[in-house]
Amino acid sequence: MSVLLEVKDLNLEFKTSRGVLKALNGITFEVRRGEVFGIVGETGCGKTVTGLSILRLLPRSAKITKGMIKFDGINLLDLPPSEMEQVRGGKAAMIFQDPSSSLNPVFTIGSQLVRVIRQHTELNAKQAEARASETLDAVGLPDIKRIMTSYPHQLSGGQQQRVMIAMALSCRPQLLLADEPTTALDVTIQAQILKLLRDLQKQFDISVILITHNLGVVAQTCDRLAVLYAGRVAEIGSTHDIFNNPQHPYTRGLMNAIPKPGSRGKKMAAIPGTVPSNPGEMTGCPFAPRCEFAFERCSMETPALLKASEGHLASCFLVEHAG
Amino acid sequence: MTNLIEVHSLKKHFRLPGGWLSGETKHVYAVDGVDLSIASGETFGLVGESGCGKTTLGRMILRLIEPTSGKVIFDGKDITAIEKSRMKPIRREMQIVFQNPLSSLSPRLRVEQIIAEPLTTHGILSKERIRPRVIELLEQVGLGRQHLDRFPHEMSGGQCQRVAVARALALNPKLIVLDEPTSALDVSVQAQIINLLDELKKTLGLTYLFISHDLNVVQHISDRIGVMYLGKLVEVGDAQDVFDEPLHPYTQALFGAIPMPVVDTKRELKVLEGNVPSPVNPPSGCRFHTRCPIAQKMCQETEPALRPVRGARQAACHFVE
Amino acid sequence: MTIPAIPTLDIESTRTWRHVVSVIVRDPLSLASLIIIVAFILMAVFANQIAPYPEQGAGKTNAANTMAPPSADNLFGADKLGRDVLSRVIVGARSALIIPIFVVVFAVLLGAPLGALAGYKGGWVDEVIMRITDLFLAFPSLLLAMAIAFALGRGLDKAAIALIISWWPWYTRIARGVAVGLRERYFVEAAQAAGVSDAVIIFRHILPNTISPILVQATVDMGTVILAMGGLAFLGLGTQPPAPDWGLMVSEGRTYMLNQWWIATYPGLAIFIVVLAFNLLGDTLRDIFDPRQYR
Repeated sequence: MSVLLEVKDLNLEFKTSRGVLKALNGITFEVRRGEVFGIVGETGCGKTVTGLSILRLLPRSAKITKGMIKFDGINLLDLPPSEMEQVRGGKAAMIFQDPSSSLNPVFTIGSQLVRVIRQHTELNAKQAEARASETLDAVGLPDIKRIMTSYPHQLSGGQQQRVMIAMALSCRPQLLLADEPTTALDVTIQAQILKLLRDLQKQFDISVILITHNLGVVAQTCDRLAVLYAGRVAEIGSTHDIFNNPQHPYTRGLMNAIPKPGSRGKKMAAIPGTVPSNPGEMTGCPFAPRCEFAFERCSMETPALLKASEGHLASCFLVEHAG
Repeated sequence: MTNLIEVHSLKKHFRLPGGWLSGETKHVYAVDGVDLSIASGETFGLVGESGCGKTTLGRMILRLIEPTSGKVIFDGKDITAIEKSRMKPIRREMQIVFQNPLSSLSPRLRVEQIIAEPLTTHGILSKERIRPRVIELLEQVGLGRQHLDRFPHEMSGGQCQRVAVARALALNPKLIVLDEPTSALDVSVQAQIINLLDELKKTLGLTYLFISHDLNVVQHISDRIGVMYLGKLVEVGDAQDVFDEPLHPYTQALFGAIPMPVVDTKRELKVLEGNVPSPVNPPSGCRFHTRCPIAQKMCQETEPALRPVRGARQAACHFVE
Repeated sequence: MTIPAIPTLDIESTRTWRHVVSVIVRDPLSLASLIIIVAFILMAVFANQIAPYPEQGAGKTNAANTMAPPSADNLFGADKLGRDVLSRVIVGARSALIIPIFVVVFAVLLGAPLGALAGYKGGWVDEVIMRITDLFLAFPSLLLAMAIAFALGRGLDKAAIALIISWWPWYTRIARGVAVGLRERYFVEAAQAAGVSDAVIIFRHILPNTISPILVQATVDMGTVILAMGGLAFLGLGTQPPAPDWGLMVSEGRTYMLNQWWIATYPGLAIFIVVLAFNLLGDTLRDIFDPRQYR
C-alpha cells in the first residue's frame, strides 16, 4: 500500500502570555492509502493540534517551527494559502467532535452542502444538489428530501454528525480527518457512526485519520495507530501488534487503566502523576517521571522511535534492551 | 441489610416553555415511574444514554429537583413529604459529586473555603477545628495541606475531582450520589479516582449511587446496576449477572455497542439502528419497541412492567423468561 | 467549517489580577489611558493644591481680568467673570470625575445584586425585577436622567441620584445574564446540596463571578456618565454656578466660542480626554475578560 500522508518531525509551539508552549516535539507518522489510522492520547498530548496542522487550521498563536507534512506528494507547509484552501474540504476534509457547532444554524443542510460542493468542484447547482442527496444517502440518513430542507437544530446529534461526514465526503476527498467524532454521542449512536466510517472508507476507498482518546474506539475501528504522549509519538504500529503486544510503558499503562469485565473489586492499575504541562522544556523521556521502569538514562536523553518488530516502533529504551 | 433509599413510582415531568400560543402544553417525561431500592453500604450503578432520565432521578433522590409525583424514602423518612425549609439536617446525610470537576468548584474560592463550606453552613465544628478537619479531608482524598490555598483553576482535573470528593465527605454523609464522576477525566486519572472512591467506601461505609454512561466503569464499581431507557428502568440486577447475561434487549444492545480495548476479530460492534425517541413524545407501549430487534405487535400496545425474573433480577420486557 | 477552540491549550483562561495588570502595562494605549485616569483623579483630589487660583476655581470673580486670553498668568485664559479657566478645569474635575465614580459604584451596588437574585431565582422574582429594568431601559438613559433630575430639582446631588436611577438597570441585566449561566453550574448545585442558603449562594458563589463583565461595562460607562453629568450641567440641572463644572463651563463658554474660544475649548478637551481614556481602558479590559469577541 502506498503512502498518502507523511508527517515528519513536526514541531509546533504556542505563544502564550506565559511564554512559549512546545505542543508538538517531533511527530512522525505516515498514513497509507485506504487505511483507517488512529491517533490516540490523553488531554494535551497534541493529537488535536496534529490534526489541525495537517489542514493548516491552526490558531494564530500557533507556529510550526520544524517539520514536513507531505500529502499526495506535496508538502502542505509550502503551499500558499489560496491553494491550501482548495486542498481543505477538497482533497482532505475534517469533521469535529461537536457537530452542532460545525454547522451554520441559519442555513438549511441542503444549502450548506451545495455551497461546499460548488466551491470545490465544477458542478452546476443542479448537479451539486444531486451530489448532495447522493452523499446524504451514502451516510445512511433516511428521508433525504426532508433532511435537505431541515435546519441543523431539527436533527439529532447522531444525524448532525452524519451530515458532517456527508459534507466532508461530498467533494470526494482522499483523506478524512475525524477529531473525536463520537465523543459527544451516546454509545449506541457511537457504534453506528464508527461502523459508518469503516463502511465509507471501503466504499469511497479513502484514508481516514481517527483522532480519539478512547482506546476501545481505536481497537474496534483502526488498522494502524499512533499513541501520542506529550507531543511525541510514544508508539506506532498495527492495531493488532499494539493491543496484543504493547511496547511502551505508557501504552501498557493506558490499557491497564481501563476497567474490563471481571475486574470488579480489584484495584485498578492507575498511572501515577499527571501529564507534564510543558513537555518541550523537559530533558529525557517525557514519560520518565511517571514510568515504573524508568532508569538513569531515561531522564538524560530522549529515546527515538525504536523498532520492536516489522512496522511496530516505540520510543522507549526498553525496546532496545528487549531486542 | 436495610434499605437506605427506597424510591416509589417516582415521576418528573418538566413543562416545556412556550406553547401558550398553540394552546397545548408539552411535557418532557424525564423520569416516568421508577421504583428502586438501594441497600445500606451498596454501590448502585445507574446506566443509560443521554436523556434517559438518570441524572434527573439522581437529583430527585437528593431532592435537588422536586418530583412531580412519587416518594423517596431516605433512611426511613419520606423526604418528599418534608417541608423544603426543614431539609437542611437531612442534607448532611446525602451529598453529590458531579461530572465536570472544574465547574463543580466555585472559581473564585480557594480549596479551603470550598471544603469548609458545608462545615460552616451546618455549624457543626467550632471555628478553630475547621482547618484541621479540612486538612484531614484533603489527606483522605490523597491531597494535602499544600493545596489549601489553591484556586480550582490552578489544579488538574483529577485534583479538582478529589477536592469535590473531599467536600462531599465533609459532613460524614451516608449516601453520595456520583454523577458521571469520571467521564470528564483522562483514562489514567479516571483509574486513580475509581480507586479512591472504592477505598473511601470501604473505610467509611458509604452508600453510592453511581450514575454513568460508561458501562466499563459502572461494571467495575457497582454491586447492583439499573439500566434506564426513556425515563424508565428496563433492567435491574446484580452487576456481574447483568453483564454476563443481559436479559432486556436494550441492555443487550447497549453492552454490545461498547468498544472494547481488545483486538478480537470475532467481536464486531453490534449496531442498534435508529435514534433515541424524544422524551416529549415517548412511544406507546414498550418504549423500546421502535428500535427493538424482537418487538412484536403487543409491544406497541401494552407496556411491560418491571417484574422479577430469575430471583433478584428484574426486567421490563414481555419476552424475558 | 468552523474551528473549535482547542481546549487542551486553554491555559490562558485563568485571568488573575496580576495578568490583567501585565496586559495593560504592555499595551501603550491602555497604559496611557490608565495614567491619564489616575492623573485626573489625583488632580481632582488635590485640586486646591494644584490649581494656581483655587478660590477663583471655586467661583470667586476677578472683574479686572474678564475674558483675558491665555497668557503666562492664565495659561488657559479667563472667563467672562475673569476667573482662571485652568483653575476652574482643575477644581471642576471633582464634580466631573468623582461624582461619576460614585454614580457608577452605587449603580453597580444596586443593580448587580438585584440581577444576581433575578438570574439565580428565576420564575416570578426574575419576571418582576427584569420587567422593572425594562421599564427603565425603554428610555434613553440621558433623557430619563434629565426627566428625573428635572423632577427632583436643581443640584449636583440630585443629578447624581437621577443618574444612578437611570443607570442601575444595565448592571442588573449583566449580572442576571451571568447568574442564569451559573445557576445550572455544578458548584451552585453542590452548594444547594450542602444546604447552603440562597442568600449565601448569591453573595458567595454568584456575585463574585459577575465582577469581570461588570467591571468592563462600568469602565466604559464612566465615560458615558461623565458626558451625561456634563450634559445635565450644560442644561442647568447639575452643578449650580458659581461652582465649577466642565459641562457648565462649555455651556457658559459656547456663546463666546468664536472670539473667546478658550473658555469652552479647554473644559471640552478635558471631557474628551477623560472619556476617551475610560473607553480605551474599557476596551482593553473587554479584550482580556472576553477575548472571544475579538478572535
